[in-house]
Amino acid sequence: MLHDRDRIFTNLYGLHSPGLEAARRRGAWDGTKFLLEKGRDWIIDEMKKSGLRGRGGAGFPTGLKWSFMPKASDGRPHYLVVNADESEPGTAKDREIMRHDPHLLVEGCLLASFAMGAHAAYVYIRGEYIAERDALQRAVDEAYEARLIGKDNIHGYPFDLYVHHGAGAYICGEETALIESLEGKKGMPRLKPPFPANMGLYGCPTTVNNVESIAVAGTILRRGAAWFAGLGRPNNTGSKLFSISGHVNRPCNVEEELGITFRELVEKHCGGVRGGFDNLLAVIPGGSSVPLVPAHEIADAHMDFDTLRNLKSGLGTAAVIVMDKSTDVVRAITRLAYFYKHESCGQCTPCREGTGWMWRVLSRMSEGRAQRREIDMLLDVSYQIEGHTICALGDAAAWPVQGLIRHFRHEIEKRIDDYAANPHSEPVRVAAE
Amino acid sequence: MAVRRLAADEIQPKSFTLSADAEAWAQEQIAKYPEGRQASAVVPLLWKVQGDCGGWLPQKAIEAVAERLGMPYIRVLEVATFYTMFNLEPVGRHFIQCCGTTPCALRGANDLMDMLRGRVGEQRHVTADGNFSWLEVECLGACTNAPMVQINNDYYEDLTPEILSRIMDELAAGGTPKRGPQQGRNASEPLGESVTLVEPSLYDGSMIGAWRKRFEETAPAAEANAKAEGERATQQAATNPKPAKPDAGRVVERPVGDTPAVRAAAGEKPVSTGKQAAAAEPSRTTVAEGKPASETVAPPRSRKSYVNTPVKPEDGRTVADAPASPDSASVQTSGTEKTSGS
Repeated sequence: MLHDRDRIFTNLYGLHSPGLEAARRRGAWDGTKFLLEKGRDWIIDEMKKSGLRGRGGAGFPTGLKWSFMPKASDGRPHYLVVNADESEPGTAKDREIMRHDPHLLVEGCLLASFAMGAHAAYVYIRGEYIAERDALQRAVDEAYEARLIGKDNIHGYPFDLYVHHGAGAYICGEETALIESLEGKKGMPRLKPPFPANMGLYGCPTTVNNVESIAVAGTILRRGAAWFAGLGRPNNTGSKLFSISGHVNRPCNVEEELGITFRELVEKHCGGVRGGFDNLLAVIPGGSSVPLVPAHEIADAHMDFDTLRNLKSGLGTAAVIVMDKSTDVVRAITRLAYFYKHESCGQCTPCREGTGWMWRVLSRMSEGRAQRREIDMLLDVSYQIEGHTICALGDAAAWPVQGLIRHFRHEIEKRIDDYAANPHSEPVRVAAE
Repeated sequence: MAVRRLAADEIQPKSFTLSADAEAWAQEQIAKYPEGRQASAVVPLLWKVQGDCGGWLPQKAIEAVAERLGMPYIRVLEVATFYTMFNLEPVGRHFIQCCGTTPCALRGANDLMDMLRGRVGEQRHVTADGNFSWLEVECLGACTNAPMVQINNDYYEDLTPEILSRIMDELAAGGTPKRGPQQGRNASEPLGESVTLVEPSLYDGSMIGAWRKRFEETAPAAEANAKAEGERATQQAATNPKPAKPDAGRVVERPVGDTPAVRAAAGEKPVSTGKQAAAAEPSRTTVAEGKPASETVAPPRSRKSYVNTPVKPEDGRTVADAPASPDSASVQTSGTEKTSGS
């Protein structure tokens, strides 16, 4: 288990004040000027050496992403955009950072912006997080007042931080959709290339990072890449916030080392699976977008990017959704299919039509009102959606369905057979559109 | 995607002007964006106006926002209909958004919705006293505190139907119930004694400056290790930029497997003759009459078993009747002869 002294988010649970004074006592804003004086290249190099992989789901190395920004400005301003549009089902970690440890984020924004030559940064918070937005705004105001950021601040690097909010669209968590939304348009993802690092917000070089990736930057630079790289497992270094929800005795957010086993994570922090560990049915280890993993495969698996990828799933946002044996797993995935149908932006045909189609077929299957051959048809359609859309929402919609069929085909088949074995005289229920 | 339209003309107000408060808000928001980029403020301004209009957006308000920001009306209408937090029809004074996505559903969100259905009515229905209306929404991002609802601006977490009902009573009586978790938690910590973040030295200020000594005595070995680690990550990103993508195992899954031919090849026993007879029983089959029951049916030729031969409109036969191969065509002919003969 991660030692308390190695935790970055020391006020994760809001038991202490989120204000500037208390945050400073916990170590935020400590020697920021010293770090900035080490220079832009040193910061990027240190981030690369730490092995930090993006915490928003894709796991792309953060230092590398920062280094993609043009070294010198061609006259256009550079922007940092922080993605706080946390809407992946199961994920509730950025919320805790913004309302309980906002100064780590504000400081991280300054350091990251300095490293990529940006003088302005926007934090895009999802619209529903109203209390979180207020909390972060308070922290930004405090930082302005203490002249930690602003046009003329004590760090000698002019920097402005703005808090922007959305209005409830999952798709705005995709980086180009987020940029579109920030420009005041519908959140429809853009085609890449051009990549945001060349042409992003307002047509200027932009980097979009997850809240957690930015908020850990200050502590990593202070304590050193070696410290961070010493936590976790090779290629999966550092600590990570896990959100554990579903059928555990004590659901919670917790910061843990990457590579902790699932069993340890759940037993140590969540009081175990409801009804005992043997009652575990399946786990969605990284937010709704990754395929589920059945109990026997996940039990002693390391929770990190590479191990979970080898289990044909993914770490995603480390939002662990636990399902015990009382779960109607087909219905649970059907509900996720409905989520993707609801959240598809409607730009690409495979996703717009496919997500609704998959949901309708799955909702029939969850009652058994289907034919066995439709399982293969569903799988085939999911492969037609995956990879054929502008953004990754198509993939995200397809993977849970693929995971369900991969591991619980027998369950669907049983349901179909049960339904077929019973004569039905009642009218067929039509699912509400 | 959901179809979202403006409310009916009868309930649309005839006029709308931005309040002074909203105007101040607009100026404050526009100041955040570069010169000429005031369109960026459209979402915050619409949100503010929605609050002023009692929780929903009338057409006139959308037009007023368009005018204020110098945007074409259609662009603002697009935004208002795209984002689901904008309500296009009136809502109750206390608008309850109940999260129904899987993490909440696993912990009992459906019970909450049953309660709401009983107490308030169907979704979007405003109660006669104007106090409540509710809507099932997608993940609100408080999954570790599931199930939860958002009432106007506030989250209420760790709910049961009884607790939610009590909160609604309190709201209806004009009170301000406790926000956040309802069952003894402060935020998203595990209920009961915590095993993490208990060390007092984290909070007494001893963390300050403790890191500086690494810049005085850098351990070269650790430095080299970390460097190698970083290079590995960089290399991996170059060859495999999307490491979290579950890409293995396709080959196994892609072909459509559950066909008789595949089953025969896998050495599975063929369907028993008894079952075959039962399947051919006229009352249970969807196959057109006249098809001989005892003939063996040729396995489908396509490996994708779901591809239907389209019905030919000119002869009006069903799919099952249509000849799939020369063999079955001859079978079909003989069958037809038999029928016509008898």
